[in-house]
Amino acid sequence: MEVGAEVAPVPVPTLVKRRPWSPPDTAVGRRREKFAWLLILPSLLIVLVVAVYPLVNTFYLSFTNKRLGSTREVRNVGLENYANLFTDPLWISSIVNTLKFTFFSVGFETVLGMIIALTINSNFRGRGLVRTSMLVPWAIPTVVSATMWQWMYHDVFGVVNDILVNRLHLLDQKVAWLATPSLALPAIIAVDVWKTTPFMALLLLAGLQVIPSDVFEASTVDGASKWQQFWQITLPLLRPALVVALIFRTMDAFRVFDVIFVMKNYAPETMSVAVYTRQKLIDLQRLGAGSAAAVVIFLIILAFVVMYTRLVRVEEG
Amino acid sequence: MAQQAAVRPQAAPIGVPYDEATVSARHFSFGKLVGRVFFWLLIVVIMIYTLFPFYWAIVSSISPDAALFNTPAQYWPSRIDWSHYQYVLRNDDFMKALANSVVVSVSTVVLALVFGSFAAYALGRFQFRGRTITLYVILSMTMFPAVAILGSLFLMIRGDWLLPTPNLYNTKTALVITYLTFTLPFTVWVLTNFFKQMPGELEEAALVDGAGPFRVFWQILLPLALPGLVTTGLLAFIGAWNEFLYALTFTNDNNARTVQVAIANFSGRTQYELPYGNKMAAAVLVTLPLIVLVLVFQRKILAGLTSGAVKG
Repeated sequence: MEVGAEVAPVPVPTLVKRRPWSPPDTAVGRRREKFAWLLILPSLLIVLVVAVYPLVNTFYLSFTNKRLGSTREVRNVGLENYANLFTDPLWISSIVNTLKFTFFSVGFETVLGMIIALTINSNFRGRGLVRTSMLVPWAIPTVVSATMWQWMYHDVFGVVNDILVNRLHLLDQKVAWLATPSLALPAIIAVDVWKTTPFMALLLLAGLQVIPSDVFEASTVDGASKWQQFWQITLPLLRPALVVALIFRTMDAFRVFDVIFVMKNYAPETMSVAVYTRQKLIDLQRLGAGSAAAVVIFLIILAFVVMYTRLVRVEEG
Repeated sequence: MAQQAAVRPQAAPIGVPYDEATVSARHFSFGKLVGRVFFWLLIVVIMIYTLFPFYWAIVSSISPDAALFNTPAQYWPSRIDWSHYQYVLRNDDFMKALANSVVVSVSTVVLALVFGSFAAYALGRFQFRGRTITLYVILSMTMFPAVAILGSLFLMIRGDWLLPTPNLYNTKTALVITYLTFTLPFTVWVLTNFFKQMPGELEEAALVDGAGPFRVFWQILLPLALPGLVTTGLLAFIGAWNEFLYALTFTNDNNARTVQVAIANFSGRTQYELPYGNKMAAAVLVTLPLIVLVLVFQRKILAGLTSGAVKG
């Protein structure tokens, strides 16, 4: 789950050989099949109990009026929670915020990541050092990076204001980045872009490094400009890596919670769908209503997961 | 042929000037010089962009408050002041949270590796019915949003579900169990690919010699898989160490609270004090071990992180 965000996100697509659903025809094969299931059993049980059951239960709860810490009788309320959800202005604004966050952070990450990947995809002294330093933002916990940037965005003593006002003279006066409602979301997007761009760059760099260099040599001989090379050779060849990275990052950005919660808590101007859902479920104790929101998030992410696994399967064929 | 190739300017990837070797006196031109300067400028900007925020956290953590809350900002500490670190290291809540984080993350990783390597051995080296569907389920599980099961997990932790389990709210056990929801599928997925890539000869030879599948796993495959286990364990550890949503929701005091929650809640000695110096000291203390680990294992991590994009 969240591991997708922080840790090693792009799972390696597997080459699963399609086997018919026929039982093995030897005694050894049957024994091996049994043994295989025995090995999988503990993991399967854990996943069933801590992930699949809660998921099914969330669907069930979304049709009830259950509350946390209440002993009143639980009643089936049909689609009432969903109807209330989509007439709640806060939910609508959470969706808008989440879409803005996803669109702009993934967009900037991709463009910046591409520039960085193209830059370090050449032989120069200190290349290893640059590549290593790119792992630093990735390794910093999201809560820590949110706290660091909160201090950097401080309206009076923050270093961002110091650079923009006192050093570069780009602004006339200091700005309360996080306290100004219209600036808070862009400021948070900038934090996410900072933290995730290096990761995007490393993914794209790995894609770039498998493009054979003679393709470029040939096109240079043919008189292609660098610009033409990028649009007509690099980008098409990079497409598979780019699509996988984009789907992954989009999914990840859509469920954003940590950075927004640490910097702005439940402030409506930056509330994402995940922040909204936690407030409904835990703070307001409305398990039914919160589960409806959780189901909607789950279904949206599921669409991305299906897209992703289909893509992986296409690559297998 | 070879000589021709040497004379011809080497094609460099887009946006990048020629190799240093080709910028010889013969090829020297003003355009190339501008390109070279632009290139190194870009490298410097990239380095500052990625490293400055953490540099700033370090500088802030060792600057005295008088320098922190002063304008204009000082980009190099005038003198080193350890008082923020002293405060943090003497802070019981923080130290307890640090210990909790270590216990929870290590336990999660050990459980995920033990159960995960069993499952991965089966999925990576056995042909059996249901294997493909299991793999797809596992892959999907690595991507599901944590918030989608937050409410149901909360009920389960408090013992309000099918089975009569004790109330685990505000315990480290609750965190270890819930962290398995993301570390276990991840571990199984990565290790499966690892087992699949191993050569089959050793295993076959051992099977022919009459070793059972369990002995093959224990004595042959597991030692071979050790590098993969280390990398996977490290990535799972980082995931567990950095987790915030479950830790925030399922704990309420320093009996189980993790460092991430402690940092988010860090406040000053008095309500009027701005706690940023202490917060930065705590931030550096929590992050440095991770950065050291990442730098030590960087090759493996880079390979692990990027292999998917290359093949996909």
